[in-house]
Amino acid sequence: MADQENRIVATDLCYAYPEAAANAVDGVRMRVKRGEFLAILGHNGSGKSTLAKLLNALYVPTRGSVLVCGLDTRDDELVFDIRQHAGMVFQNPDNQIVATVVEEDVAFGLENNGVPPAQIRERIDEALRAVNMTDFAKKAPHMLSGGQKQRVAIAGIIAMRPDVLILDESTAMLDPSGRREVMQTVHRLNEEEGISVVLITHYMSEAATADYVLVMDEGKIALTGTPREVFSQVERVRALGLDVPPMTDLAHTLRAQGVPIAPDVLTVDEMVEEICRLSLKT
Amino acid sequence: MLKDITLGQYFPGDSPVHRMDPRMKLILTIAYIVGVFLVSDLLGYALALAFLYLVVRVAGLPFGYLVRGVKPLRFILVFTFLLNLFFFPGTTPILSLGFFTLTREALQKAVFFALRLVFLVMGTSVLTLTTSPMQLTDGLERLMRPLTRFHFPAHELAMMMTIALRFIPLLLEETDKIQKAQMARGADFESGNLLMRAKAMVPLLVPLFVSAFRRANDLAMAMEARCYRGGEHRTRLRELKYTRLDALAAAATACFLLVIFAEGRFLG
Repeated sequence: MADQENRIVATDLCYAYPEAAANAVDGVRMRVKRGEFLAILGHNGSGKSTLAKLLNALYVPTRGSVLVCGLDTRDDELVFDIRQHAGMVFQNPDNQIVATVVEEDVAFGLENNGVPPAQIRERIDEALRAVNMTDFAKKAPHMLSGGQKQRVAIAGIIAMRPDVLILDESTAMLDPSGRREVMQTVHRLNEEEGISVVLITHYMSEAATADYVLVMDEGKIALTGTPREVFSQVERVRALGLDVPPMTDLAHTLRAQGVPIAPDVLTVDEMVEEICRLSLKT
Repeated sequence: MLKDITLGQYFPGDSPVHRMDPRMKLILTIAYIVGVFLVSDLLGYALALAFLYLVVRVAGLPFGYLVRGVKPLRFILVFTFLLNLFFFPGTTPILSLGFFTLTREALQKAVFFALRLVFLVMGTSVLTLTTSPMQLTDGLERLMRPLTRFHFPAHELAMMMTIALRFIPLLLEETDKIQKAQMARGADFESGNLLMRAKAMVPLLVPLFVSAFRRANDLAMAMEARCYRGGEHRTRLRELKYTRLDALAAAATACFLLVIFAEGRFLG
């Protein structure tokens, strides 16, 4: 089997939708290690959502393979094991909550896997605590805000104790405060519990906080590297139909005006530091 | 506006009736209804009412809730009452008006039949008022489980009920939204005759159906991602357990049935 540190290994991964001429995902090679935070970017139709669904056996590759914790997604027998290792949170918070009570919904995955009732109770409490939703355990999902609903959905996945958490544009339908709630939760789970995260997103600011960024274009990997490496190639990123984080954009503009600022600034804090450094020099 | 509709009519509480096992409640409700149908005189109905009142008091429900539950049935009640009154063949006339003769038997039949309906509704109301929809589906699933041997889809039915309950508020909200959006574009849902109004519903229903299908697709994907594979090997967060409370309730209902039976046999 693959070595312990690799959570997801994809080799020459291809997937074509039935009756589609071109591959939606075409020859992707990627690896996610234990505790790693990977962001996948790409414009609409670039194949990033398809890629996500290949990572937990919702789709089976037409060519190449995906190993999740050493388990091959092409093996029918392993499907449920794989989905337990790689949990997925979807885009629409309303369409992924099954039960009419929050704690019942968190229990759903555990019930499906035949976990004994006493343990289910324990794990629900643990999962709701991890996403800071303990007070809402008995509430009806339709009474919650979008961010709260997504946290419930995350709790439902966390309760299954996955090794990888895949977020398929899970913040796309949320308001800014809901987005912040969800991102904070995801980062905490990543740092404290060591859960690997694969974050598919439209938001550059979210991608900037990842360990690695992977940019998809027409099913292929167009760019890859740390957020700093990727976003410093401003022209290239723009050509792929994406924005760069606002501070990187500002640095780029300033450089074009002849200000000798570093091209790889990502956050406001870094920008402040960079400007201070410059003003000291002059 | 549509969002305010309460689903089912669950009346939250912590009474012994609320705490009973939903399976036992279902069984006893059916037993009670059978009992009511065995009744054949007014004393029997008085006993049935007394028993129902006792249960309602124990459950801490306002009796008015039960009466309110009968209200939507008033047309059916009047209709069956009149039907029985006019057409039931009787032999002892008590009133004669031209071609119509009111007989004692018809009057009795009409009154009793209406009473039966009322008790039927009130009896089941006690069940739905004291049992949350979630518990009710759980109870139904368990009760129907033996039927799975004959390929009866007990788990699937319960799952469908749960999902329906989950999505009704969502779809109501969405209907409201679509309705407002169409009204903003000049759609008219309120005027015109019945046919025109029915036609006006089309721009409301088409988007609603499209969205419902999309939701169904998303939900299926999400359920699969969370290892859903049907009812087999599935455990439940809350296991249903019969307690002494259920035995007590069963005994009380058995007593009621016995009394009803004896009363019909020896006094009726």
